[in-house]
Amino acid sequence: MKTVIIDYGAGNIQSIQFAFARLDVTAVLSSDVHEIAVADRVIFPGVGEASSAMSKLKDSGLDTLIPTLKQPVLGICLGMQLMCNQTEEGNIQGLGVFDVNVKRFTSAVKVPQMGWNALNQMQGSFFKGVPNNAYVYLVHSYYAPLCNQTVAQTQYEIPYSAALQKDNFMGVQFHPEKSGTVGAQLLTNFLNQS
Amino acid sequence: MLTKRIIPCLDVKDGRTVKGVNFVNLRDAGDPVELAAAYAQNGADELVFLDISASEEKRKTLADMVYRVAEQINIPFTVGGGIASVEDVDILLKNGADKVSINSAAVKNPDLINQLAAKFGSQCIVVAIDAKQINGQWKVHLVGGKVPTEIDLFDWAKEVAQRGAGEILFTSMDHDGTKNGFANEALSKISTQVNIPLIASGGAGKISHFVDTFVSGKADAALAASIFHFKEIEINALKKALHSQQIPIRL
Repeated sequence: MKTVIIDYGAGNIQSIQFAFARLDVTAVLSSDVHEIAVADRVIFPGVGEASSAMSKLKDSGLDTLIPTLKQPVLGICLGMQLMCNQTEEGNIQGLGVFDVNVKRFTSAVKVPQMGWNALNQMQGSFFKGVPNNAYVYLVHSYYAPLCNQTVAQTQYEIPYSAALQKDNFMGVQFHPEKSGTVGAQLLTNFLNQS
Repeated sequence: MLTKRIIPCLDVKDGRTVKGVNFVNLRDAGDPVELAAAYAQNGADELVFLDISASEEKRKTLADMVYRVAEQINIPFTVGGGIASVEDVDILLKNGADKVSINSAAVKNPDLINQLAAKFGSQCIVVAIDAKQINGQWKVHLVGGKVPTEIDLFDWAKEVAQRGAGEILFTSMDHDGTKNGFANEALSKISTQVNIPLIASGGAGKISHFVDTFVSGKADAALAASIFHFKEIEINALKKALHSQQIPIRL
């Protein structure tokens, strides 16, 4: 099985590669459209600012490829946000995989949210073996509100989408690669998805 | 609910952990990877590595250490100490650091904060501030607290947030090493005036100090070094105690 991490110059991909290595899985970094298209598992990472990340995706043609992928795809943090319809960060259009618009937390809370928060209302095999209120690590200023595709929730200011799923596409706001044993379990579950 | 973070700080020199660290179970107490793994196992929410080496090889040695830590450790970690340029930060993040902390370089060249936030995102830029009171006024200090400036702590905290810092690590030089508790009045003032996360540092001596800094100091995280290294307080026990006092904590 070949796992590919999309390398488009946006994010701490080294940590994701190491997280898979700790599971004895070699994840390959690639920006090559053909290599990504034929991989068995695709990781779509991202940290940083949305509009510059989106321009990098467009430069390499990945913006048109990603929504057409048929294998299991996991968007992480900004990767998940870019898979939504639209984001308030830079007011840009996303890839439209998830039918929701990304918003910014208000100044009623500290922004960014930084630290460990609890997952609940989890649905689907991706969360197999993960107990309700398990803690995951998050760092983000923007969030996807609850919607039909929400498959896990977290509370910060309001309950919002900690994870989104549509068909073969999964998106998580948290960082499984930095979320201790819970994160490792989730990455294992992702690899085991059919 | 977002939990309060407990952060052990490790001083490193030439890629090795320094300060007498009292972990009997470690094969090599100077190995940052082994020590980091022990802390992660013991419930640490994050780690901070503060590089105090001054060698010519500093940059490469630190990058190598960051790579080895990132390879093994599955919780976030921040690296600080002498970081002065966009290039320094780029190397550390590429090797797997989650965040970097800048201190004196930001005071000397505040625009560095804007540059780093624009290039890497605010989420990975921690601005560390060392301060102490001079005639009742909190003044920012440089070089590990040795060199005073005229800069007011609270003005500087607001400025770094406006320039794009993602987090502030505030160390009170008046409290550091005293084990008499954190600078909760100043912390609370920063936390109220500045809308980014705040890490309290300096003064931890017992469990109640952590309760105080989260409740009265309004800190989002608390950092300590020697009390953890010498096992005066075990992180697991600390977190259980905080949890029993209704402080939101990851157990």
